[in-house]
Amino acid sequence: MSQVPQADVLHEVAEPAPETPTGKRRASWRSLNFGPRMWVSVTIIGLIVLFALLGPLFYPYGSGLKVGSLYDEPSAAHLLGTDNFGHDIIAVLMQSTRNSLLNGLLAGTLAVVLGVVIGILAGYTGGWLEELLMGFTNIVVAIPSIIVLILMSMSLQHTNIGFLKGIAGLALVIGITSWPWTARAVRAQASSVATREHIDIAKLSGARTPSILIRDVLPYLASYVVMAWVLQLASAILAESTLSMLGLGPSGTDSLGMELHWALAFQSVSTGAWWAFLPPTIVLTLISFSLLYLQSSLDEVFNPRLRRGKKKNLAKAAERRAEMARQLAEQNEKVEVLS
Amino acid sequence: MGLRRYLARKTAWYLGALVAAVILNFLLPRLIPGNPVDVIVSQLGRGGLSSEAQQRIYEDYTRQFGLDKPMFQQFIAYVVAIFHGDLGKSFAFFPTPVKSLIGQALPWTLALQVPAILLGWIIGNVLGAVAAYKGGGWDKSVFTTSLLFSSAPYYCLAIILLYLGAIVLGVFPVGGAYSLGTSPSFTWGFITDASTFYWLPFLSLLLINIGGQAVGMRSMAIYELGSDYVNYSRSLGIGDRKMTTYIFRNAMLPQITGLALSIGAMIGGALVTELVFSYPGMGYLLFSSISSNDYSVIQGVTLIITVAVLVANYLVEVLYGFIDPRIRAAKSGEK
Repeated sequence: MSQVPQADVLHEVAEPAPETPTGKRRASWRSLNFGPRMWVSVTIIGLIVLFALLGPLFYPYGSGLKVGSLYDEPSAAHLLGTDNFGHDIIAVLMQSTRNSLLNGLLAGTLAVVLGVVIGILAGYTGGWLEELLMGFTNIVVAIPSIIVLILMSMSLQHTNIGFLKGIAGLALVIGITSWPWTARAVRAQASSVATREHIDIAKLSGARTPSILIRDVLPYLASYVVMAWVLQLASAILAESTLSMLGLGPSGTDSLGMELHWALAFQSVSTGAWWAFLPPTIVLTLISFSLLYLQSSLDEVFNPRLRRGKKKNLAKAAERRAEMARQLAEQNEKVEVLS
Repeated sequence: MGLRRYLARKTAWYLGALVAAVILNFLLPRLIPGNPVDVIVSQLGRGGLSSEAQQRIYEDYTRQFGLDKPMFQQFIAYVVAIFHGDLGKSFAFFPTPVKSLIGQALPWTLALQVPAILLGWIIGNVLGAVAAYKGGGWDKSVFTTSLLFSSAPYYCLAIILLYLGAIVLGVFPVGGAYSLGTSPSFTWGFITDASTFYWLPFLSLLLINIGGQAVGMRSMAIYELGSDYVNYSRSLGIGDRKMTTYIFRNAMLPQITGLALSIGAMIGGALVTELVFSYPGMGYLLFSSISSNDYSVIQGVTLIITVAVLVANYLVEVLYGFIDPRIRAAKSGEK
């Protein structure tokens, strides 16, 4: 007896405005729930990118221009003074940030593409191919990537191939050493997606494997791939600066790591020339922090279990549920009275 | 049964990784166009040696390092030498054996790394678990600070600490591991002297390790907080203190594997930290051998680091096998 009105009430509460497409879209955006963390990290990243890309258009000095001598103190003309070559620090910083970001973008994307391709192939196809690919991945994971990076970039230092000498070569090396993490995680997810029913339907309807992989498997991994990409960006930028500081960086090119390398080589810390080492240090920390912060906020967007509800919202939800229960009880009473 | 299978599988994997690492370590430097000897001799040439002398040095070096033999024979010789504990001789400090250079550097690195990793792991996990359990402002502040520390590149924090501690405050020495004029020995005077140099690099490593572990532990513990056994125990009226130990034990397992995985990732940053403080460990040795193109030392350092990381990972995984009840109970190994 009481089942019909009960279902009605639930229906009303669950879908408040199903008739208009705008209402629907709003609802799906709301479920993404971008928190303040997201905005903080996106703003920091945006500012850094603007500084690196647009800065050089407005700044009067070039990064290769000698405008002073060794570690000139900050002055009105050069707000952050000069580095060990007598170049203006701000100009060098802009150029370095741009190169470091570019390196991160190239290397991070390469790593994600490799990781996703290997992971999906292994996870979806299974069998001997999976054993082979994952065996390879497990071995590569076990060897510390910095060691392979050091050994490979040593050969880059003496290469005769032009494009490998600069940022691109370093990005290539970083990209091909940092994919195993992504591959492992993508494989785990892909093999769970591969057992779902829609894959069977796609197979029955005669779709080929590449199309199944791209259309039916990849979308289910999209959120993970985005997060992995953000992490890979950060770690590629850090890998570049580690290598550069060890003296394996792209010679003759500005990058955040090279700046630190020269600052240490010319004793800027012990001579108290803070303007030489603090700016690249701060920019590197900001880039790395905001990317990781972005990743963790994305994690909460995609993975509601990690979300810590605000107390206010929880209270609201509890109120709403109490209200629903009260309405339900009233309805039931009415129905009972009527019958 | 499960445990034995698990251990056998892990042993096989790590042996495979070790073989791959040795091959890579041998092969990659030899992919360099020309060979190490060319670079050394061309550097000598700049010093104004006659071409005849250069030729003689070139041939001598080539024979010394066995570069005139085919690749496969070189590899066999390389492996045999490793098993005899022979890592070759340094180019830059010829004829000092690489082994003794590494022998001087390794203790410094171990003294810095091992306590920083272990202490950082313990403190970080406790902090992360408490943050997840308490929630609210406590959680927010711990999480954000931990994220800041764990995302700050090792050397960035190191540089800032060095600047603040040694230059601005002037409390700590600027760099090195002991005062000039003293030499390493196990006397009380030397140890107190070295410990003033030890604090800054140790702190910079420790803070970052704490941050990384706390972030990981926090999300594991939040995940556990939402699980059924927690709700069930709560409804039984089990107290907070008891509950935290349950959650802690369950969230711990992934953190142990996390430790194994992070050792490899940490090593790069840790090497550069030594560089910032001019600490005479493996990182500093690596740096100076890179700048002097000392290939045999570079190869020796990378080999030792790889082996150390593999052994550390292997030990953690073995420990995991003993701790995780699922592995002990399992009839067949999971994939």
